[in-house]
Amino acid sequence: MCTVCGCGTGHHGHAHGSGTINFGGGLAATHVAGWSQERTIRIERGILAKNDALAATNRNRLRAAGVLALNLMSSPGSGKTSLLVRTILDLTGRRPIAVIEGDQQTSRDAELIRCAGAPAVQLNTGNGCHLDAHMVSHALEELPLLPNSLLFIENVGNLVCPAAFDLGEAHKVVVLSVTEGEDKPLKYPNMFAAADLLLLNKTDLLPHLEFDMDACLAAAQRVNPTIEILPVSARTGAGLEAFYRWIDAAASTPDHEVTPHPRFVAPG
Amino acid sequence: MHEMSLLEGIIDLVEEEHRKQSFDRVRMIRIKVGDLATAVPDALRFCFDIIARGTIAEGARLEIDNVAGAAWCDACRHSVALIERFEPCPECGGAHLRLTAGDELQLTEIEVE
Repeated sequence: MCTVCGCGTGHHGHAHGSGTINFGGGLAATHVAGWSQERTIRIERGILAKNDALAATNRNRLRAAGVLALNLMSSPGSGKTSLLVRTILDLTGRRPIAVIEGDQQTSRDAELIRCAGAPAVQLNTGNGCHLDAHMVSHALEELPLLPNSLLFIENVGNLVCPAAFDLGEAHKVVVLSVTEGEDKPLKYPNMFAAADLLLLNKTDLLPHLEFDMDACLAAAQRVNPTIEILPVSARTGAGLEAFYRWIDAAASTPDHEVTPHPRFVAPG
Repeated sequence: MHEMSLLEGIIDLVEEEHRKQSFDRVRMIRIKVGDLATAVPDALRFCFDIIARGTIAEGARLEIDNVAGAAWCDACRHSVALIERFEPCPECGGAHLRLTAGDELQLTEIEVE
């Protein structure tokens, strides 16, 4: 057995952390002419390495252009698109906005965004459950990347998979509507742990619901002690000024391009 | 079902290796998947053959090494086993655990000929 890494093959020597090493001692030894040479190649690379490299490229490109990119994630029906439409209308004249819309199919959301007055690219993922950095890199080619502008990337409605894929955004923002229940952060912790901001949407419906706001805030803070939480209503506009101030603060932070959340950096 | 994307990532890394080194086929692909990582080993096994079809990895065996979750508790200064993410420290009930193992998603090695 290899005494360094504990692997059971025992027929190789390798330096840990040194990248790729060829193993010459396969079951068919090299000196036996005509036998197939079997060997093991150590790789030790994160499975998301390719996505992470593309995300870094996207991040640099957006940083150079002076664009603040926000990756908007939630379950389907939480009101992401309504929130974007409202934000575009409210921020007209204050900050240029472009949108990348991710959905399994149809271009309905991109059309809604264009009607609100912002350029939008629709990404259809087919059977895919999330956007990845490669898709976003192509969408960036289709959009004007204006200085001091805002780019919303509306991810596929899904509280699970999008959390694992860095797109090159400056911040991940999770939207949770009060109709979904206060325990969502505990049931889908990876998403809430990855986000920098939680927008608690549809607060205009609170009088009709038994939604425990304190329990929801406690649940979100349990999985992510540093998450910021803003209650909003895309329908009435309540709370949105606080969101716009959050955007202004994020955009004016010189180095808003944060590294991906440490708990989601793939090893290697 | 983002296991499909993860598998495509694995095949990409294997094909990258194939461009750098000469081999005719891949017999085995070994990956490390943490118990708290965002991937389900059974789903990876289920989809692997489909994703590998038509690539250098077609016909390869997928070996998955599990890594148990572990964390360091800042409060009681113990390394503790972790079954679920974001649960409190099983020793002292402290809330601030730092994950030290269990979120691995890594291609470890390939066996080629």
